Amino acid sequence: MANQGRRWFEQRKEFVAHKRSEGGAEVPDLFTRCPACHEPLFNEVLAANGHVCTMCGHHLRIDATTRIKLLCDAGPLEVHDDHLLSVDPLHFVDSKPYGQRVAASRKKAGCNDAFLAVSSHIHQVPVEIGSFEFAFMGGSMGSVVGETITRLFERAAERERPAIVVSASGGARMQEGVLSLMQMAKTCAALARLQDRGLPYISVLTHPTTGGVAASFAMLGDIILAEPEALIGFAGPRVIEQTIGQQLPDDFQTSEYLLDHGMVDRIVRRGDMRDEIGILLRQFLGLPALPRAQRPANRASDDDPALREGTDAKLEGSSP
Amino acid sequence: MDIVLDFERPLLELHKRIAQLRALEGEDGVNLSASIEQLEAQALKLQERIFTRLSPWQRTQLSRHPKRPYTLDYVKDLCTEWLELHGDRAGHDDHALITGTARFQGRPVAILGHQKGRNTKENLDRNFGMARPEGYRKALRIMHLAERFSMPILCFIDTPGAFPGIDAEERGQAEAIARNILEMSRLTVPIFAVVIGEGGSGGALAIGVANRVVMMENSVYSVISPEGCAAILWRDRAEGPRAAEALKITAKDCLSLGVIDEVVPEPAGGAHRHPEQAIRTLGECLARHLEQLRELEPEEIRADRYDRFRKLGAFTQIQASA
Ligand SMILES: [Zn+2]
Repeated sequence: MANQGRRWFEQRKEFVAHKRSEGGAEVPDLFTRCPACHEPLFNEVLAANGHVCTMCGHHLRIDATTRIKLLCDAGPLEVHDDHLLSVDPLHFVDSKPYGQRVAASRKKAGCNDAFLAVSSHIHQVPVEIGSFEFAFMGGSMGSVVGETITRLFERAAERERPAIVVSASGGARMQEGVLSLMQMAKTCAALARLQDRGLPYISVLTHPTTGGVAASFAMLGDIILAEPEALIGFAGPRVIEQTIGQQLPDDFQTSEYLLDHGMVDRIVRRGDMRDEIGILLRQFLGLPALPRAQRPANRASDDDPALREGTDAKLEGSSP
Repeated sequence: MDIVLDFERPLLELHKRIAQLRALEGEDGVNLSASIEQLEAQALKLQERIFTRLSPWQRTQLSRHPKRPYTLDYVKDLCTEWLELHGDRAGHDDHALITGTARFQGRPVAILGHQKGRNTKENLDRNFGMARPEGYRKALRIMHLAERFSMPILCFIDTPGAFPGIDAEERGQAEAIARNILEMSRLTVPIFAVVIGEGGSGGALAIGVANRVVMMENSVYSVISPEGCAAILWRDRAEGPRAAEALKITAKDCLSLGVIDEVVPEPAGGAHRHPEQAIRTLGECLARHLEQLRELEPEEIRADRYDRFRKLGAFTQIQASA
């Protein structure tokens, strides 16, 4: 179940022809080729559309910062726990030592681990929200991710705010072994306390959400919203195929399949996600409806110094 | 069916020779006691040498040994009035995870446990101890029952993992596991969990969020099977022994990581050679922990469990730059 996101992702190509491939050649700066329909798209246009293909509607992967910008109101924002850093409790070595793997991921993803937690607002409702960073070791959950999410739920309970977690993860992080498994218990226990305080928790599932992340807080939202065509499930498609020796149905473990089987509340296109979350939160908290005209802008148009400074500071502070 | 693991073979050869000498002694009336004694001393030494130096992979093999005591063996030996209770009340009864009520030392308890089979026919029925969502949902039903009637919950963990199949995914394997983990964390009755064989990932944790978690000496507890890990990291399931080493899955490793509270010693030669002794030792351990937990108020029990899991994990903090 652990850390297989990238590989599963590659395998999906065999099952869902082209739909999810990210392999298309990229022309830096100007164009990105849509991995689904292979049309070249102006980066500027793509960004303005929330990184959803303007030709075919395919949802391209976005990083945690972009996700937060798309979902949260412009205005004050506080970054949490970005100073936490993985250690190597098992002294784990595969093709390279875990420590080196983490260092490489920090450089590549520009963050210290695979989760970004912030306090912000959605439709003027104060929220504790966070997003996985898939570029960091496939969004795998080790001790740092588990701790950051646990603190997010604890902070939400303490401040009496709703919690929102956007998942994109291959599951538990193998390199931290059974300690990664324990993060499932730690996060869920904190979530139980939040629920006991009567506060809502919305889980947003994006491509992919599998393994130990699916089998903990991701599938426990009071409301579960999924982006279209995301891979969501407990076991990886290859593991299942090997176990049962059968071909899997084409749409197996997609958002649409989960909706059909009663496992998610709604499939929501990226462009509608912020509004749907805002509407739900205001309903649950008994706040007056916010007419479209009065809804604040999201952070996407901002230069967003709050997010940028957070990122710069933590990377400077961490340089060896 | 007697499965002999490679590293046990020299020891079993020795035992066989001792048995032969004994038989000879009985038949012919010759006195071979000196040789027998010598061989027995040798066997004891060999056994110690083998079993104190077991590699993580050898322990993995032991943890899967079909002669090890399974959940039902423990329950039948340790408890009275065992009544298996069936069904998730939503259309299914999973035989890979059994639940019920019984008495331990005269007091009522609820029991959950993965159940493996010892032969092909049994394993078809038990699905090799790999539960489906309905198994976890049945367990949850029994946990809520225990909560309502203030019965401590005993969990016997022994699974390669939750079942990876189309039907399991269709019925929400991830949700079922997640739900159990969350609900267990908020119960106010004492929960005791023991890994008796394989502690396979989320499928194990789904009945493993306990106040006290212990492991039998030759059991393993892991985020992924060594073979599964090897397939991903080294692209070769045959590298399982290497992955078993790297993943730190033995009872001793889990104890030093803080994941478990105690290692339950197995009789020399392993639980599969002397099941009744292994069961007895676990019974003593269980009695001791339940005694301690009985001292706590319901709210303290819940808090104790929260704190136990809250502190698990290993990380450091970067100093904020001045
Ligand atoms: Zn497209």
